[in-house]
Amino acid sequence: MSFVKFENVDLAYAPGGALAIEDVSLEVREGEFVAVVGPSGCGKSTLMKLISGLRMPSGGYVYVDGRQVGGPLKIVGMAFQNANLLPWRTTLDNVMLPLEIVEPYRSTLKKERPRYEAEARQLLAKVGLAGFEDKFPWELSGGMQQRASICRALIHQPRLLMLDEPFGALDAFTREELWCMLRDLWQLQPFTVILVTHDLREAVFLADTVYVMSKRPGRVLVRREIDLPRPRDLDVTYTDAFAGYVHELREHIGRVRAS
Amino acid sequence: MKPNLVKAAPWLVVAGMFLLWELICVGFDVPEFLLPAPSAVWHVGVEQFAPIMMHATQTFLTTLAGFAIAVLVGLLIGMAVGSSPLLYRAMYPLLVGFNSIPKVAFVPVLVVWFGIGTVPAILTAFLISFFPVVVNVATGLATLEPELEDVLRSLGASRLDILAKVGLPRAMPYFFASLKVAITLAFVGSVIAETVASNLGIGYLMMSASSSMNMPLVFAGLIVIGVMGVVMYELFAFVEKRMTSWAHRNPNGAA
Repeated sequence: MSFVKFENVDLAYAPGGALAIEDVSLEVREGEFVAVVGPSGCGKSTLMKLISGLRMPSGGYVYVDGRQVGGPLKIVGMAFQNANLLPWRTTLDNVMLPLEIVEPYRSTLKKERPRYEAEARQLLAKVGLAGFEDKFPWELSGGMQQRASICRALIHQPRLLMLDEPFGALDAFTREELWCMLRDLWQLQPFTVILVTHDLREAVFLADTVYVMSKRPGRVLVRREIDLPRPRDLDVTYTDAFAGYVHELREHIGRVRAS
Repeated sequence: MKPNLVKAAPWLVVAGMFLLWELICVGFDVPEFLLPAPSAVWHVGVEQFAPIMMHATQTFLTTLAGFAIAVLVGLLIGMAVGSSPLLYRAMYPLLVGFNSIPKVAFVPVLVVWFGIGTVPAILTAFLISFFPVVVNVATGLATLEPELEDVLRSLGASRLDILAKVGLPRAMPYFFASLKVAITLAFVGSVIAETVASNLGIGYLMMSASSSMNMPLVFAGLIVIGVMGVVMYELFAFVEKRMTSWAHRNPNGAA
């Protein structure tokens, strides 16, 4: 039983206009870590909008958790390349924002505030932000903001985490640190992840399955399972097996770009 | 830059202007009915302190009343226009057109409707000052980052949730910035109306003084309006800083 399922999905942003994605079919198991790679403008972000129910497909079907998606799902957490923290809220209050919206937290927030706050602090501590709970976003570095943004995406314990190039704006070292942070969070308490990225090393290091998409209109060209043992350490990125995967995917991307 | 000099600079400029003005009047022997010297203005201001204050209070209260309505109406229209692209498109030309009408041309209409007195002055102050509030609140709401909206919508947030949690807090710096502009415009509005159609207020005082060639009193009125404008501007600048310090942070002074 797949958790996320696309059946021949098309999407045109304007009715009758050019397709952003075309005939996409894929299946994601519950707890699977999926990465989607492809050239810019291949409709990777469109995929996310379809899964989260922010957009309806023009053709085909999208199922999440066995039901056809018909509107915003509340079991989803999202983070983007921009951390998008609210500058008038402290880190802690930023992380707790989803609890003010999603049930059952929303109606119990007043009564249970101390407990939820403790949970948020715990989550922040897990990503190495202990001691920064009461700082404002502009007092944090880019990497720390992104950590907080991922905490915000996870605080309501979503079953599906969607990440749209979350580490794209970070320097190489910070990026690798955040890979490990995400890996640890995912292994501690499994949830399904769909990661959209340009970075092939990132995709191979983190994901169970990598999908390569074509140029616009986006289609799935290749599905590649990454058969590296877990837990993966950063050292794995220097092995031949790892390099083999990256090389293979790179060739697919090269072909897409050349076509 | 020495901090003391920065603090003193505005006072020095004002003092310098008055000094220059006095020197020109004395040096070129300018007749008082053309341009009275600051000393003559001061003299008349002390002599007629009570009536000036009475008229100034009238103008001040009129302005505040018009300004209060402008803030309320401006916020409501701004929120409506800023959170709905349809309303934005639909209302903007009308608002812009309305704002382009010189309000002094509209005062006679108000007089026909409401008679001579305080009401046209309050309404003129309102009409002239609500537009910047609308524009700023609408801009603050309309420039919300789409990703942030996606994050909230994917959680099932309603439009009202998004407005309350993100839209309004985010629009606050724009809103408070517009208050500074609106309050000075409100003074312009109420004084214009008083000049044309009132028997109270600084505008009326200046009108009657100039018809009896009492130029020092006219200038005293001008200065009183200017002072009230600056004081209210500074007040709202202070409120702005206090309420939205997150938007006015000093990048080097953080942490």
